[in-house]
Amino acid sequence: MSHISPIIWQFLVKWMTNFALFPPEASKIAPQMDALYFFMVLISLIGLTIVILLITSFSILYSKKRHPVAVQIEGSTLLEATWTIIPLGLFLIMFVWGALLYFRIYTPPANAMNIYVVGKQWMWKAEHPGGQHEINALHVPTGRPIQLTIISQDVFHSFSIPAFRVKREAIPGRYTSVWFEATVPGTYHLFCTQYCGTDHSHMIGEVTVLTPEDYKKWLDGSTSGSSLAQNGERLFASLSCAACHNTRPDARGPSLANVYGARLTLSSGQQITADDAYLREAILNPSQHITQGYAPIMPTYQGQISEEGVIDLVEYIKNLDSDYRVQQTTASTTLLPEGEGKTTKAPVAPGASQGANQKAPQGMVKQ
Amino acid sequence: MNYLTKENGLLSWLLTGDHKRIAILYLISISFFFFVGGSLAGLIRLELLTPQSDLMATDTYNKVFSMHGIIMVFFFLVPSVPATIGNFFIPMMIGAKDLALPKINLLSWYLYIAAGILALYTMASGGVDTGWTFTTPLSTHYVNTHVLTTGMAVFIAGFSSIFTGLNFIVTIHKMRAPGMTWFRLPLFVWAHYAASILMVLGTPVLAIAIVLVALERTVGIGVFDPTKGGDPLLFQHLFWFYSHPAVYIMILPGMGVISEVISTFSRKRVFGYTAVAFSSVAIAVFGFFVWAHHMFIMGISNYAVLIFSLLTMLVAVPSAIKIFNWAFTLYKGSITFETPMLYAFGFMGLFTIGGMTGVFLGASGTDIHLTETYFIVAHFHFVMVGGMLMAFLAGLHFWWPKMTGRMYPEKISQLAAVVTFIGFNLTFFPQFILGTLGMPRRYASYPPEFQILNVFSTAGATVLGVGYLLPVLYLTWSLKYGEIAGNNPWQATGLEWQVQSPPLTENFPEIPIVDHEAYDYEWLENQKEKEVASVG
Amino acid sequence: MSDSTAIAHGKADASHHEHPPYQRHHFETYAQQNDATNFAMWLFLLTEIMFFGGLFTAYLIYRNWYYPAFVAASHQLDIFWGSLNTLLLITSSFTMAMGVWCAELRKKSGLVLCLTLTFILGLGFLGVKTVEYREKWEKHHIPGLHYSVSSFVDPASDPEVHDKYPKDQPLSLDMARHTELYFFLYFAMTGMHAVHMIIGIVILAFMIARAQAGAYTTGHVTFVENFGLYWHFVDIVWIFLFPLLYLISRH
Repeated sequence: MSHISPIIWQFLVKWMTNFALFPPEASKIAPQMDALYFFMVLISLIGLTIVILLITSFSILYSKKRHPVAVQIEGSTLLEATWTIIPLGLFLIMFVWGALLYFRIYTPPANAMNIYVVGKQWMWKAEHPGGQHEINALHVPTGRPIQLTIISQDVFHSFSIPAFRVKREAIPGRYTSVWFEATVPGTYHLFCTQYCGTDHSHMIGEVTVLTPEDYKKWLDGSTSGSSLAQNGERLFASLSCAACHNTRPDARGPSLANVYGARLTLSSGQQITADDAYLREAILNPSQHITQGYAPIMPTYQGQISEEGVIDLVEYIKNLDSDYRVQQTTASTTLLPEGEGKTTKAPVAPGASQGANQKAPQGMVKQ
Repeated sequence: MNYLTKENGLLSWLLTGDHKRIAILYLISISFFFFVGGSLAGLIRLELLTPQSDLMATDTYNKVFSMHGIIMVFFFLVPSVPATIGNFFIPMMIGAKDLALPKINLLSWYLYIAAGILALYTMASGGVDTGWTFTTPLSTHYVNTHVLTTGMAVFIAGFSSIFTGLNFIVTIHKMRAPGMTWFRLPLFVWAHYAASILMVLGTPVLAIAIVLVALERTVGIGVFDPTKGGDPLLFQHLFWFYSHPAVYIMILPGMGVISEVISTFSRKRVFGYTAVAFSSVAIAVFGFFVWAHHMFIMGISNYAVLIFSLLTMLVAVPSAIKIFNWAFTLYKGSITFETPMLYAFGFMGLFTIGGMTGVFLGASGTDIHLTETYFIVAHFHFVMVGGMLMAFLAGLHFWWPKMTGRMYPEKISQLAAVVTFIGFNLTFFPQFILGTLGMPRRYASYPPEFQILNVFSTAGATVLGVGYLLPVLYLTWSLKYGEIAGNNPWQATGLEWQVQSPPLTENFPEIPIVDHEAYDYEWLENQKEKEVASVG
Repeated sequence: MSDSTAIAHGKADASHHEHPPYQRHHFETYAQQNDATNFAMWLFLLTEIMFFGGLFTAYLIYRNWYYPAFVAASHQLDIFWGSLNTLLLITSSFTMAMGVWCAELRKKSGLVLCLTLTFILGLGFLGVKTVEYREKWEKHHIPGLHYSVSSFVDPASDPEVHDKYPKDQPLSLDMARHTELYFFLYFAMTGMHAVHMIIGIVILAFMIARAQAGAYTTGHVTFVENFGLYWHFVDIVWIFLFPLLYLISRH
């Protein structure tokens, strides 16, 4: 809270950091978190002092030597009310303040740059949209809100950056997210904080905060050649998604251009927003995520793509604003790359790809 | 003639229905498991002296902290006060000759022993390394240690706990002596009543959670497997639905001890008796509705977080009420500082810190930074070791003369209490700072800048170990060489103090008729005057 | 505050030495003993409710998420056997209640007959369940390694069920996989229930022998009463399981 004298605040922060009683504040939310934390420390100290004072002073004043005869007192409703209402009031203040902080940390702003994080035993893989991959490391620029979309490939992990005061569980089977805006360039610890087996203590890394210029340099220097979306496009083609998801009049699936963030009505009548979680579920558990007006014939790709593959596809679909390239692919199948996914090598005429590439057993297309 | 000398021979102990003998059987067994768990703690602290994982392989370390947690929670903390002091004294405090179901009581001990043997066997044959929380899918698909046998041990121990709680509830409802109304009950009984409700209603949910883990692990049913449509978070909900009330099962009996000790050593009725009694029940009731505060960062909905955070704040209030009521019991009392009172003071300070840090965690925002770090480890050790274990030692010393007929040596026990207090603070306070700095829990190795605090912590653990070893030595010594205790060495008011030490097997020659309130020191004075008058 | 002594020789003394042989020494009166053991049994049943509660919670969640899979999977169960089992169990509760009544009236032969009937009906229930489980085994519907979804993605391959439910659509593969969750719950819930039935039947066998020896017709009916409570509880759990597992799509 910078309207408490900033000088005192900075002094406190620097002093405490150098004596390492709490981690450096390297994100915008960190001082806000620390403000609530110090408020709680203060209240706890006051509470503890009161209790210790009461015990000590009563022990001295009313020791047997000084006060040989005890006075039987039933109680005092006034005192009961006091020490019920005051703690309750303080706790409720902490509840409200904490809840505001919580919502703030877990509600990413719309303009946040998204970085995907996949946790697996026992390493973290970070994937920047431009295709840069990092293992046990994360490079971020200052001055921009960054959202992390996190998932686990196996067991529960937890992605923790103490200097940013953020932490989020990596759960197998669904995305979780957290956001921050880094403020101070430097390197900071990255930990896995959910016990995940043998090398849990080694699932650590470094978060490097760079100025925007340095970040751009780093991006240019570590690109792997194709962005996540480009990988996704390749997967989209190799898995023959375009066979159904195209703009032809007889298309069996909806076109995916601009679907990200759109409001969809499902075949059950339910209205949902097509976010990351929806896209992922629609690929892995399609039968419950069919858009209204389409037959429930999409096969599941569970077991056929890794979490990274799903991320690539999601990223591709997020950035898809036209079906031009999809049309190109379906029109000329010699563009389909070999070796990726489970496609046949023979050219497949549009519309007839279903028989060769359906993974589900026969008999599924009854209306 | 007393309950110890009435019959001799191993069988008379192993087939006893006498709640006092069963309590002694429990006391010996839980003490044994405490030292097993404590040795494992020693190993943990030794490993953490250095930043590298150099004392043992990481897999071994993972097993050590898992077994430490399992043994301490299920084989020490949960049964500690209820199965020893509760078993021994609840019938006496309410004026009954035994618990309602003596055979179930004995069965409860045998289940505990069976579970304990299974746990020891598991440890000897390689242990388990899932953490005491058995998180799926790690425990179902990703470890090949003895999850099933450990789960079975915990399952059986759970039934031991259920039967103890069931016995207490029936006894307190149906076997109070004439005149012993609910609001004349000692607060120790109220605390155990509340804890027993939690035992009876919460433990079965743990049982089913373990069964599901076992089925998932052996058969692969998919209940927690996202690739089959299952939800790994379902396990967490089921597990914490028990494990949160479990912490209140562990602390409430300790709070009951503190009420008795503070009252006796200030010669005063507990301040705000009704408030303290109702607070115990309130903690039990609210305790059932806060479990998801262990899951704030797990991707549960923000609105669920709001509700659970609010309820967590509410459950903190009754504990605060109790602390202040105990403090004000001292007001205008006549205070002495025997060992039980020293432990009680230690409890009050340390539990206040532990409880307040719980609020840090319950306010969802700060939980994001502090959860899964050493802050949590410090928090629960403050409430469980600084709180519960101190209360257990207070109770053990307080009722030792009644149970054994011997006084413990006062000076050395006071020293041990102080040593324990100092050792405890040195061990666990640095861990709050480590947690705030971000050091994760369950780590065998850590960044070098965390070392100095870890060294303090280990040094403290050594002191703490001495503090815990001393009572074993002098209490055992006192059995043979301790000063003979009279009926009521503390001049306390409970019904158990009005009969001989050690008590008769049937507790009372005649069932007492109760016509006085709890903690009625005037009534006690009158009793003494009558005795003097009848003799002289 | 009165200052009469806490320890008085009062009414407690009179009944002290003249209690029936089946009254334990730590109880003051037989009524107190009966009251206490009865209360204890109710509490124990409460713990059983909490135990099954975990499974019911899982059922609620997964049925909500995967309704089509649950409907299709429940059609694999035969309502005939389910209804028969319900009938057997309700009748056994009736015979058990009659048994308690006989014990109270000290009618030994009536009690033995009622307990034996309950026993037989219980065995019948378990027999039906064996038939059902076996059928599931043969069709590869037991969750685990050999689980097969072919009946759900291609109903025509399962004529036995398909003829009963001709309107059933084939499920897509990902929804079909969720039928395994239904069957896990089916086996876990009916399995837990069956375990409790087996325990009950074993105790019944013991009780029949004791009843024949006259142990329950002396006026001391607590054991029979409390066992009756347990048996009724097991029955009630089934009354919940039957519609939840067998009758999902019937409304």
